[in-house]
Amino acid sequence: MFQRLPNASGERVSFTIDGRPAEALSGDSVAAALFANGVQTCRSTPVSGAPRAPYCMMGVCFDCLVIIDDVGNQQGCQVRVRPGMRVETQNGKREIAR
Amino acid sequence: MTTRYDLAVIGAGPAGLAAATLAAKRGVSTVLLDEQPAPGGQIYRAITQTPVRNPSVLGSDYWHGADLVGPFRDSGADYLPGSTVWSVSRGLEIGLSREGAARLLPAKHIILATGALERPFAIPGWTLPGVMGAGAAQILLKTSGLVASGNVVLAGTGPLLWLLAWQYLRAGARIDTILDTTPRENWRQAMPHMTEFLRSGYIGKGLKLLLEVRRKVKVIGNVSALRAEGDGRVQSVVHRQGDGAEARLPADTLLLHHGVVPNINLANAIGCAQNWDEGQRCWVPTVDDWGATTVEGVSIAGDGAGIAGALAAEHRGRLAALDALHRLGRIDRAERDRDAAPHREALDRAQRGRVFLDTLYKPARDFRVPQDDTIVCRCEEVTAGQVREAVKLGCSGPNQTKSFLRCGMGPCQGRLCGPTVTEVIADARGVSPAEVGYYRLRPPVKPITLAELASLPKSEDEINAVLHH
Amino acid sequence: MSAHNRPDYDIAVVGGGLVGSATAWGLARLGQKVAILDEGDIAVRPSRGNFALVWVQGKGLGMPEYAGWTKGSSDRWTGFAGMLRDQTGIDVHYERPGGFMPLLSEAEVEARAAQLSRLHNQPSMVRYDYEMLDRAAVAKEMPYIGKDVVGASYCALDGHCNSLRLLRALHAGLGLHGAAYLPNHRVERIEPRDGGFRLITSAGELGAGKVVLAAGHDSARLAPMVGLSAPVRPERGHIIVTEKTAPFLKFPVGYIRQTDEGGVMIGDSFEDVGFDTTVRNGVTSTIAERAIRIFPLLGKLNVVRTWAALRVMSPDGFPIYEQSTSAPGAFVATCHSGVTLAANHALALAPHIAAGRLPEEFTVFSARRFDVPKAA
Ligand SMILES: Cc1cc2nc3c(=O)[nH]c(=O)nc-3n(C[C@H](O)[C@H](O)[C@H](O)COP(=O)(O)OP(=O)(O)OC[C@H]3O[C@@H](n4cnc5c(N)ncnc54)[C@H](O)[C@@H]3O)c2cc1C
Ligand code: FES
Repeated sequence: MFQRLPNASGERVSFTIDGRPAEALSGDSVAAALFANGVQTCRSTPVSGAPRAPYCMMGVCFDCLVIIDDVGNQQGCQVRVRPGMRVETQNGKREIAR
Repeated sequence: MTTRYDLAVIGAGPAGLAAATLAAKRGVSTVLLDEQPAPGGQIYRAITQTPVRNPSVLGSDYWHGADLVGPFRDSGADYLPGSTVWSVSRGLEIGLSREGAARLLPAKHIILATGALERPFAIPGWTLPGVMGAGAAQILLKTSGLVASGNVVLAGTGPLLWLLAWQYLRAGARIDTILDTTPRENWRQAMPHMTEFLRSGYIGKGLKLLLEVRRKVKVIGNVSALRAEGDGRVQSVVHRQGDGAEARLPADTLLLHHGVVPNINLANAIGCAQNWDEGQRCWVPTVDDWGATTVEGVSIAGDGAGIAGALAAEHRGRLAALDALHRLGRIDRAERDRDAAPHREALDRAQRGRVFLDTLYKPARDFRVPQDDTIVCRCEEVTAGQVREAVKLGCSGPNQTKSFLRCGMGPCQGRLCGPTVTEVIADARGVSPAEVGYYRLRPPVKPITLAELASLPKSEDEINAVLHH
Repeated sequence: MSAHNRPDYDIAVVGGGLVGSATAWGLARLGQKVAILDEGDIAVRPSRGNFALVWVQGKGLGMPEYAGWTKGSSDRWTGFAGMLRDQTGIDVHYERPGGFMPLLSEAEVEARAAQLSRLHNQPSMVRYDYEMLDRAAVAKEMPYIGKDVVGASYCALDGHCNSLRLLRALHAGLGLHGAAYLPNHRVERIEPRDGGFRLITSAGELGAGKVVLAAGHDSARLAPMVGLSAPVRPERGHIIVTEKTAPFLKFPVGYIRQTDEGGVMIGDSFEDVGFDTTVRNGVTSTIAERAIRIFPLLGKLNVVRTWAALRVMSPDGFPIYEQSTSAPGAFVATCHSGVTLAANHALALAPHIAAGRLPEEFTVFSARRFDVPKAA
């Protein structure tokens, strides 16, 4: 669980998580934006289906994989959230068509 | 045809910023590449745009980053943020991916300044949501002003753990408990290096920070075992002090840390030789005093060539840049050595006390060599016990266990399991990690799409190798 | 041989790659006391870098016996995989759904058809069916093929497996059969002695009644020590692997296949560059481009690994199996399709080696076929 410091400054960005409207700050990565919106698990693994959440926040662990604007297996911690972005949590293996 | 830069620097942390600034100011065409959207590296993350406006939260060491970014902006170096480097060829062509498109960028000399990553800390349950690196939590603080809430437990050892605790307290965040895993005997081993440490710049700042944290947070010392438990996410942390009984703490967030290790994947894939550093217990690329690797035209500056910290990284960046100028024929050896003198001196000063810290914060064996049921490879979900089984079948090193177990074959390419796998095999075989070795890596060191790969230029001979044999 | 100088092992197999491991497994299964001498963690070992096809179509033009040998192995594979599973619990995921060789122009279709009919018209060619399919027929099985795919050749015998699991299962099985796997024992020298052999390795000496050279590239150096010859050279091949993807491709399609774990493997290239395993971006790029022409959907997938491995190639590309006449008890086995032929090495070759003699039909595979004096 993460929460924003009360005096954190920045522009608001509107986007969606699994179709629901959500808000972030303009400098947030997608992974940070998920945490800020109370999302605690962003995917399940392709090997055992275990739930995972971002672990390193620096592009190393690949546990932050999500579907961004219909493209699967995107590293949420390496992509900045953009207005209107559609973020979806991911179940197991990515589908080839997305 | 893209123009060939004299110098390409990969990584915009202190080492890369300092290297690029010095080189560009002295007139060589320089480009700085980094996968982050803004300069700063790990320590000065989001220095130009952090939403954390109160300067006392992140501390003055953090804000020093601005002293590097300003001069860099004025240096005349080109800057390509958002560029992920996935390969460097022997011909010094850099494969990079930017905004979904791949290309090759040739250079005459390359400085890798790709820094460090948190040493993997494999405990049972470390893959549960709610468990993350302390460094990761710090990135969330710096870039987004986010802090963990609910029951927050920090566990591990090393300066960064204490720094994060201090920053959290400054930010008004709550920490329930710190589980300090520093083994008692480390103090005894570190003592002989105390005098040198006392002469370093760390001591005053470090002590103050430590005392402030200890005053405000409950610290449980000499922790010898850790386990994260929970259904679908972490709910509690089970720990043991010394030989004592197990105890359980409620936790919504568990932040783990036991030091940082060089990020060696790119250097390894280029073919740079590397060696096992017994003191820091990690693999480091083999470099000379200037950061030059065993591959012609490639040097490494900063923590990527062995952990020495952010201030040292700056000076190492400048030294590598001066050597690059020399190798490019811009200055002779005498000028290089003369201009390097003040940076060497500053580097020596910055490195004072390092041995004390390395010795004190060396993680205990049981945390480096986990129990059988602990997952070591997060990507392929391989346990330490499976690695030991493979050793029994005759696997003598990580490349064989990789092919037997897929351990290290996932998208992180061994970054999160490599050090542990080396240690587990060494322990099981009763030999040194140096003898066990490390993964042999190949480009791309970061994923690129097949379409990006397909878009690269190809020579006739490369096409013939596939289509007309 | 008197009791006190009894050799340490009945048979020493030099090389723990796929050829050595499969042969050794077959020998150990027959009750032979086997040692496998191998290099360490880093070695030129195509067994860890291969494509995992159990492939029949198109093989054997110029040596029909090789086509027969290959088909025989393919026929033995189901049983072989079952034995490994029963013994070790490891499923090597052998499947035989039939394989397609995609063709991207009319010219390619013609060339392929002509090549296959020449192959199958050879005297003493083994009989099996194959088909030339047009685009519609291919699209029926794989609707997502790219617009450039004109057709394919198809053979129901083609299949694939998980070759890393195969290697692991063989090693696990070797352990269960009581064989000794000795890594970090690079064989420096072999000396025929007392009707058996002394093997001088980087980690000491040992003795064996028989010796099998299955050392891949290094067999070229070792063979003359026991009166054999194995004139093999390295041929570099690049392979790309993508991230894990939900299953979409059931068939091996020439140089593209989806593994049971979900990753898509994409090959292939052919370069004569000595022992250099450097990956060339231009080569992987060409491979990627061709794969996207066949399956455009692949373009979006992330590449997680690429590598270059060295095939063990004889001058005509066919295997070498031979026994030494000057040092009886010494054998050489080398080929570049170690996965396809694994079933044969374990179940058809090993019994002959255990018995001490290769029968008549192996004569075609002798390296003496390369001794033909050059025409003046
Ligand atoms: C998460 C974390 C937090 C830390 N926090 C602190 C702290 O608060 N205080 C402190 O004193 N020390 C901290 N450290 C240690 C500190 O990072 C180092 O001492 C210092 O940053 C080293 O500087 P550098 O220039 O060598 O590398 P870095 O600062 O790590 O810079 C490396 C840069 O290279 C980029 N890069 C890496 N690979 C590629 C690639 N393939 N393509 C493109 N770009 C690439 C990275 O994005 C990064 O910007 C932290 C370390 C970590 C891992
Ligand atoms: S959180 Fe580790 S890669 Fe994104």
